Amino acid sequence: MALRSVRQFLKNPSACVGLLILLALILACLFSSHLVPYSPYDQNLKEKLLQPSIAHLMGTDEFGRDVLVRILVGTKYSLTSGFVSVLLSLLGGLLIGIPAGYLGGPLDKALMVVCDIMLAFPGILMAMALAMVIGPGIYTPMITVGISSIPVFARLIRVQFLTLREALFVEAMRSAGAGGLRIALKHILPNALGPILVQSTLRMGVAIVTAATLSFLGLGAQPPAPEWGTMLNSARTYFMTAAYLAMFPGLAITVSVIAINLVGDALRDHLDPKLRER
Amino acid sequence: MYFLKKVMLTALVLIGAATCSFMMLRMLPGDPAEALAGPQAALEDVETVRHSLDLDKPVARQYVTYMSNMAKGDLGYSFRSRRPVVDEIKARWPATLRLSLTSMLVAIACGVPLGIFAAQKRGKLADTVSMVLSFVGVSMPSFWLGMLLIVCFSVKFQLLPFSGDDEALNYVLPSLTLGLGVAANIARMTRASMLETLGQDYVRTARGKGLTEFRVVKVHALRNAAVPIVTIIGLQLGALLGGQVVTETLFVWPGLGRMIVDSLNARDYMVVQGGILVLAATFAILNLLTDLLCKALDPRIRL
Repeated sequence: MALRSVRQFLKNPSACVGLLILLALILACLFSSHLVPYSPYDQNLKEKLLQPSIAHLMGTDEFGRDVLVRILVGTKYSLTSGFVSVLLSLLGGLLIGIPAGYLGGPLDKALMVVCDIMLAFPGILMAMALAMVIGPGIYTPMITVGISSIPVFARLIRVQFLTLREALFVEAMRSAGAGGLRIALKHILPNALGPILVQSTLRMGVAIVTAATLSFLGLGAQPPAPEWGTMLNSARTYFMTAAYLAMFPGLAITVSVIAINLVGDALRDHLDPKLRER
Repeated sequence: MYFLKKVMLTALVLIGAATCSFMMLRMLPGDPAEALAGPQAALEDVETVRHSLDLDKPVARQYVTYMSNMAKGDLGYSFRSRRPVVDEIKARWPATLRLSLTSMLVAIACGVPLGIFAAQKRGKLADTVSMVLSFVGVSMPSFWLGMLLIVCFSVKFQLLPFSGDDEALNYVLPSLTLGLGVAANIARMTRASMLETLGQDYVRTARGKGLTEFRVVKVHALRNAAVPIVTIIGLQLGALLGGQVVTETLFVWPGLGRMIVDSLNARDYMVVQGGILVLAATFAILNLLTDLLCKALDPRIRL
C-alpha cells in the first residue's frame, strides 16, 4: 500500500520536478571535484574577479576562486542546515505538543502561552537573539533556526493529538487497557504523520532562507566557508565591478527553496486533499 | 470580554518577551557585567553596570530590578555611544516605521489585486503566470531580491539610489525589496480566499440579479473574503519587521534593524536586546490590532 502511495505521489509533476532538482543538487555537491577542475578554497589572485566565461562558468571571486565549484560545495551547508534545524524543531515540537494535546488541562494552557510568547518574536529576531548568546559559526543557524520554529511544530502536533485522542480507535485501545504513552506514540502519532510531514517539508524552505539570512548578516558561517549567504555578503563590496557575484549564490538558494516547496505543496495535495489549493 | 482577553494575552506576551531577553543577557559568555560594559570598558564602568543591574545580587533580585528598570523606560546604556538605549531607539524608530509603511503599501497594492485577478482568470494562462510569479516570490530570500534590484536599477541603469533616506526616491528600492515577498504571500492567500467565496450561492445570486462583474467581486465576494486576507496581512507584518533587519543592513538604512545588526557585531548587547524587544512589542501590538480589525469586518467571529 505504501508503495502504491509513493507511486501515486510521483505522478504529480511538481513533486517530480522538485525531487529531481534536489537530487541533482545533492549529486552535484557530492561529485563537485569531478565536475569542476578547481578547488573551492585555494586562492589565485592572478585570476581574481574574472567575468563568467567558458573556463569559469560563473566567474571568479575576489580571491580568484571559481564561483561555480564554491556554489556546488555550498549546497551541503544549506541543505544540512535546512534538514538539521527542521529535525530539531520537530523534536522540540513533539516534546511540547504531545503532552499538551494528549493530556490537555492546565499543562496545555501553560505550554501554549509559552508558544505564543515565542511566536511573538518574528523568526529572524528570535534567531538573532539566540545567535547573540551562541556566537557566529556554521552550527549557529541550525541551532537558532531550529529552536525558533519549535512553537510552530508544537502547535501543529498539539492540534493533531487534540482531535485524534477523541477518535474511536483510541477509545478502543484505551478500553483494551493500553497505557497512555503507548497510545500516544504507537497509535496516535502514526495517524498524525501526514500533516507533520507536510509542515516539515515546507518549513525546510523557510529554514534554508533564514539560515542564509543569518550568514548574510555575519552571524552564521564565516568566510572562507562557501556558504551561499556568506558569499552574498562578500559580494556586496563588488556591486559596481562584479555584479555576477551577487547573482549565482542567490539563484542557488532560490532554486533549492523552490524545489523543496514544490515537493511540500505536492505532499500536501497528496496527503490531505481537503487542504488542496484550488 | 473578547477585547479584554486579547489585551491580557498581549500584556503576557510582552512580559514574556522581556523575561526571555533577561535570560538571554544572563547567558552571555563570560562575566555579564564585563560583556555588557563593552570590550574596552574601564573598571568603574563594569562596576556601574554591575550595580545598576544588581548583577552581584541573587537572580530573583536581578529579575525584579531588570523588570522595574524596564517599566520605567530604562533599557540600559550603549557602551559605544554612552547614550541611553531608549534614546538610541527613539532616534532610529521613525525611519523603521516609515519603511514598514511604504513596504506594506507595496505589498497590499501588488498582492491583493494580483490575487483577485488570478482568481477571476482561474485556470487560464494569466492565473498560471501570476501564481508561478508569486511562488518564486515566496521562495526567494528578500535580501537577494534587494541585491538584484540594486544591480539592475542603481548600478546598471543608475535610475535609483541605493543608500540614504532623505528623498522619496530613496524609498523605492527598499520598499520593493521588503514588500514584494510579502505581496507574493498575500496574492496566494487572496486567490484561495476569493475562489472560496466566488463559488458561494450568494455570489451566484448576485450574478443572477444582473449585477456587473465589478460589483459582484467588490461588494459580494471581496467583502466576505476579507477576513483571511486581513489575517494573513497581520501575520505578514511579523515577516516585514523581521525582514526589516536584513533590508536596512543592505540599503544602509538608519533604522532599528541596522542598529541591531551593527550592535550585535560590536557586541553592544544592551542595544541589541532593547531593539529586539521594541520590534517584538510592536509585532505583538500589531497582532492585537489585526484581531480587532477582523472582528470589526466579520461580526460572526467570537472568541
